[in-house]
Amino acid sequence: MIRIENIVKTFGAKRVVDGVTFNVERGEVLGFLGPNGAGKSTTMRMITGFIPPSAGRVSVGGHDVVDSPLEAKRLIGYLPEAAPAYPDMTVHGFLAFAADMRGLAGDAKKRAIGRVVELCFLDSVVRQNIDTLSKGYKHRTCLAQALIHDPEVLVLDEPTDGLDPNQKHEVRNLIRELGRRKAVVFSTHILEEVDAACSRAIIIDRGRIVANGTPQELRGMSRLAGAVTVAGQGVNGDALAPLGRVEQVDGAWRVYPQGARQAGELVQAVIELAARAGWRLEALRTEEGQLDEVFRRITLPDTVRA
Amino acid sequence: MISAWKSVRTIARRELASYFASPVAYVFLVIYLLLTGFFTFTVGAFFERGEASLISFFVWHPWLYLVLVPAVGMRLWSEERRAGTLELLLTMPVTAWQAILGKFLASWAFLAIALALTFPVVITVNLLGSPDNGIIVAGYLGSLLLAGAYLAISCMTSAMTRNQVVAFILAVVICLFLILCGFNPVTDLLTRWASPAFVDTVAAFSVITHFDGFQKGVIDTRDLFYFLSVIGFALFATGVILRNYRAG
Repeated sequence: MIRIENIVKTFGAKRVVDGVTFNVERGEVLGFLGPNGAGKSTTMRMITGFIPPSAGRVSVGGHDVVDSPLEAKRLIGYLPEAAPAYPDMTVHGFLAFAADMRGLAGDAKKRAIGRVVELCFLDSVVRQNIDTLSKGYKHRTCLAQALIHDPEVLVLDEPTDGLDPNQKHEVRNLIRELGRRKAVVFSTHILEEVDAACSRAIIIDRGRIVANGTPQELRGMSRLAGAVTVAGQGVNGDALAPLGRVEQVDGAWRVYPQGARQAGELVQAVIELAARAGWRLEALRTEEGQLDEVFRRITLPDTVRA
Repeated sequence: MISAWKSVRTIARRELASYFASPVAYVFLVIYLLLTGFFTFTVGAFFERGEASLISFFVWHPWLYLVLVPAVGMRLWSEERRAGTLELLLTMPVTAWQAILGKFLASWAFLAIALALTFPVVITVNLLGSPDNGIIVAGYLGSLLLAGAYLAISCMTSAMTRNQVVAFILAVVICLFLILCGFNPVTDLLTRWASPAFVDTVAAFSVITHFDGFQKGVIDTRDLFYFLSVIGFALFATGVILRNYRAG
C-alpha cells in the first residue's frame, strides 16, 4: 500500500532524511523507531503529503503523493506528532468537521462518529471543548479523527505519547487490531511497543535506515541473542570457557556463542558439561536478545559506542 | 468540481463558527459599530452637513479598516501554524487553494456581517431625507471590496508567521502604504519633486483612488478589477508562502 523509494529531505544544508526506501503492505504494522531527530516525523510528513520530498518518490495505494495528492490523501488517516486539534471546537464538532472533509454525510457520518468515539473511549467528553481536555483525551480525539473514514492506510506519529499505561495498552491493542486489515505505520521510541504491536520494525538513525526486520530478527541482531546464562552451585567460568566467551552477570555465568552454531547447540553443550562436572543447576536459559541493546548499539554515534 | 466546492464550504463553515466560538467576535462587532458611529456622526459631522448622503460614513472606511481588518485576518494561518493544525488540515483531501479560499471567504463573510449591521445608518438617512440609495448600495459594495483587499493582505501576512502580532503589524504597514500612496496630502507632497505621470502611477495602486468612485455611486470596472486583483494576488501569494513553508 505504501511504497517509498529512496526519499531524501534536505532542510538547508542538512539532510534530515537521506535515502529511505521501504514498503508497507496491507495487514502489516510497521514500527518506525529511532532516536529523537532521526527523521521519523519528517518521513511520515512526506508519506502523508504535508511536505514534498526533495528527491525520491512516495506512493500510497498506487497514487503518487506529489502528482495525485488528493487520491493518496483520501486513503490515509494521519495522526501528526503532538496530536493537534482545533482548541475552540467540541470533540463532536471536530470529528464532524473531519467527517465532512472526508465526504461523509448523513447516516454514514453519524455512524462514523459513533464508531470512533467508542473506539477511542471518548464517550465522556464528546460535548466538551478540546482546549479543556487532558492530554490523553486530546491525543485520542486526534486519533479518532484519523480513523473517522476507516482508512486503508494509517500513519500514526507517536500514537501512545502522553497516554497513561492503561491507555497505552488500549491503543497498542487497537493498532494491532487495525493492522489486520490495513497498512499501518507508527513511530515510537518505546521499544516494548515493537513487541506489543508490530509485525515489522525499521530503525532509522540520522536519516538512514539502519535495521529492518521482524521484532524477532532485530532481537537476533543483539550480541546477547543465543547466549546461555547458567547459575548454580559449582558452576565456574573456567570450565565454560572452551564453549565461548564467558562473562559473569549478577552471580550467574553467561556464555556467548562462537561462530555459527545451531540454535540449541550451545545450551546442549552446557547441559552436558554440567552433568559431567556435577553442578547443581538453579537456572539455565537461552537469551533472546534485547531490543534496547540492539537499538543503542546501532544508533549511538561511533565515539560513544566505544 | 462539486466536491472541491464542498471542501471550501466545509472549511469556511468551520472557520466562521470559530469566530463566534469566542467572545472576541462580539467584542469586535461592538467596537466596529461604535467606531463607525463615532466617525460618521461626531468626526464626520453627519447632521451638520445637511445632506442626505452617507459620505461621512464611507469616507472613514479605509482608515477604520486599517486596524480592524488585520485584527480579523491575523489569526487565519498563523494560528494554524502555531497550533499545528495546519498539518492536519493540509493532509486532509483538500488542495491548499481550497483551504485558502475557504478561510478567506469565512472571514470576509464575518466582515460582511459587521458591515451589514451598520444598516441603522441607512434607515436614519432615509428617515431624515431622500438620499440616492443607488449611491449607498455602491458605497457598500466598495466598502466590502475594500475590506476584502485588506483581508487578503492580512491573510498573506498571517501565512508568513506563527505570531499573530507580527502578522497584524505587517498587514497594517502594507495596507497603510496602499492608503498613503493615493492620499491627497501625500500625493501633493510627491508632485513637488516627481513628474505627474509618476505620481499618477503610484496613486493608481492606492485603495483611496479606487474607493472614491464607489462613494460617488460610480461602479467602474477598473475599480472592480483593482480590488479583485489585489485579492487575487494576495491569496496567490498566500499559496506560494504556504508552499515554501511546507517545502522547508
